[in-house]
Amino acid sequence: MTLPLFIDNITAHYGKVKVLEDLSIHVGDGELVSLLGASGCGKTTTLRLVAGFLQPTSGTIRLGNKDLTRLPAHGRDIGLVFQNYALFPHLTVQQNVAFGLKQRKLATAERDKRAMEMLDLVGLANLAERLPAELSGGQKQRVALARALVIKPPLLMFDEPLSNLDAKLRVDMRVEIRELQRANGTTALYVTHDQEEAFSISDRVAIMNDGRIMQLDTPETLYQRPANSFVARFVGFENLIDLKVTERQGATVRAVAKDGSTLSLSQDRLGEIPDEFILATRPDGLVVSDHPEADGLPATLGLRTYLGRAYQYKCETGAGHLVGNGSLATPFEPSARVRLTPNPDQCAILRPE
Amino acid sequence: MSNRIHPLLILMTIVVYIFLLGPLIIIFGASVSDTTFLAFPPQGLTLHWYENIWEVSAFRRTIVTSLQVALLGTAIALLIGIPAAYALNRHRIQLPGWLSTLFILPILVPEIVIGFSLLRSVNVGLGIPVFYTLLIGHSLLVTPYVVRVVSASLASFDFSIEEAAISLGSHPVKTFFTIVLPNVRSGVIAAFILAFITSINDVSVSLFLTGPGISTLPIQILAHVEQFFDPTIASVSVLLMGLTITVMIIVERTLGLTIVAK
Repeated sequence: MTLPLFIDNITAHYGKVKVLEDLSIHVGDGELVSLLGASGCGKTTTLRLVAGFLQPTSGTIRLGNKDLTRLPAHGRDIGLVFQNYALFPHLTVQQNVAFGLKQRKLATAERDKRAMEMLDLVGLANLAERLPAELSGGQKQRVALARALVIKPPLLMFDEPLSNLDAKLRVDMRVEIRELQRANGTTALYVTHDQEEAFSISDRVAIMNDGRIMQLDTPETLYQRPANSFVARFVGFENLIDLKVTERQGATVRAVAKDGSTLSLSQDRLGEIPDEFILATRPDGLVVSDHPEADGLPATLGLRTYLGRAYQYKCETGAGHLVGNGSLATPFEPSARVRLTPNPDQCAILRPE
Repeated sequence: MSNRIHPLLILMTIVVYIFLLGPLIIIFGASVSDTTFLAFPPQGLTLHWYENIWEVSAFRRTIVTSLQVALLGTAIALLIGIPAAYALNRHRIQLPGWLSTLFILPILVPEIVIGFSLLRSVNVGLGIPVFYTLLIGHSLLVTPYVVRVVSASLASFDFSIEEAAISLGSHPVKTFFTIVLPNVRSGVIAAFILAFITSINDVSVSLFLTGPGISTLPIQILAHVEQFFDPTIASVSVLLMGLTITVMIIVERTLGLTIVAK
């Protein structure tokens, strides 16, 4: 059994400090939604509110038809996986996994059988009699996962489950988590500060800042069509250029920057362009060239760094400091005068804020 | 570089040990001396003075009182101190900083002041019987040890473990007993032992709070010395030492003394 999660208009305070403001997230049945953001953005607070370790000032939390808002934490029936594993140090691996079943008053034989099945599933059946202190980090996290899954919770929540593991293991484990979550069809809420992790395993990602959701969308949409400058910067659009439309000719738009330099942009590739807009580009999306006829922002180059696939340049322009990439075939020297041409595939149009 | 130990250091060590252990050896010697006064080196050898402890009814009574007060007082201190230490650590961020200092106050305030003020307020003021005043005094005296030692244990306890248990459906109260307590067990045992030893050896607080017919062993020793000068006093002292050492050995064997010293 698995249920959708509805978080509606939640506001929360730590003492007098407001940490969440009017936050709403709906997680569909069997869906995995990540909360992504820097520390202090409210993502862990959200998870702790759903778990019942914190109480919201206002708003409701529902799991299917059940209102969780005022339910004590031990009555919520949610599987939780913690950053530091939080295994019971004085219990064996099997006892750890069986703990939730014991609370559900299952007979010992049934308990042991189900715990062993779950340990088998995460590949740790041979370590059932060990104590947590005798396990590696990856093994501990598998036990934690087994312990959360064995109670067949309608909702699984992860609080930065992989941040204590090394890079290689992190990638393996996130695939494993995703596979287990998919196989059980469990609704899941996943908290992380790692963008790659969030994007790789989630159906949808909520990018959070300062107690608010900046954008909740599929990873593809977030990556290609950020809704605002915060999300744009977050997903790597390093250059934000304020522009105004001066001329429209069919799908082509002529726009001017604040220093008077102009650019031509095609609405076919970038979508509809409003009269005032921000052009957001990744470094890849600003091509450095010295072609005399190139249409682009004039720039003076600064420091050059080697990226392997391209050179990256710091650029001084009338529209501010920008970062652009140039081909490996034609390296430019510092203080060269060049033009920066947007590559529409690596650009997004934002409305001014 | 030479790893040889300087002879002066060896000499100093010996002097310190003589200074520390000498009096104990003298007391032990005197307790087996076959004389009617304290004598060292012992003249003759007898266990008569150990038998005499049981013959003097005041010693018999005060040993029982001392054990009662130490056990009950320690139990009360654990009942107050463990929840206090738990709350202080669990809600460290929300609680004001001075609150933890409050629980060390009985160590900071001179014991003699505690004894006197309890005599005035609880015994005389409220008219509470001597035994219970004594019990309150000892509980107060040893609670700081319990709070400190259990706090030290809880400081390294990861409270997300407790949250994990609760999220799996375990009631918070039950979680405290099945998950939190087993993981600070050594701290609780260490606290018990420190508190018990402190209570059983206490003089300053007891001095004020003992009364007609009710006294503790250390106070009885004091009273006995004022009147008599026979080796019974030495044998009782050895007995008291033996009790403390036995407790320490039990800790050392089961948990290691480092947890008490921590």
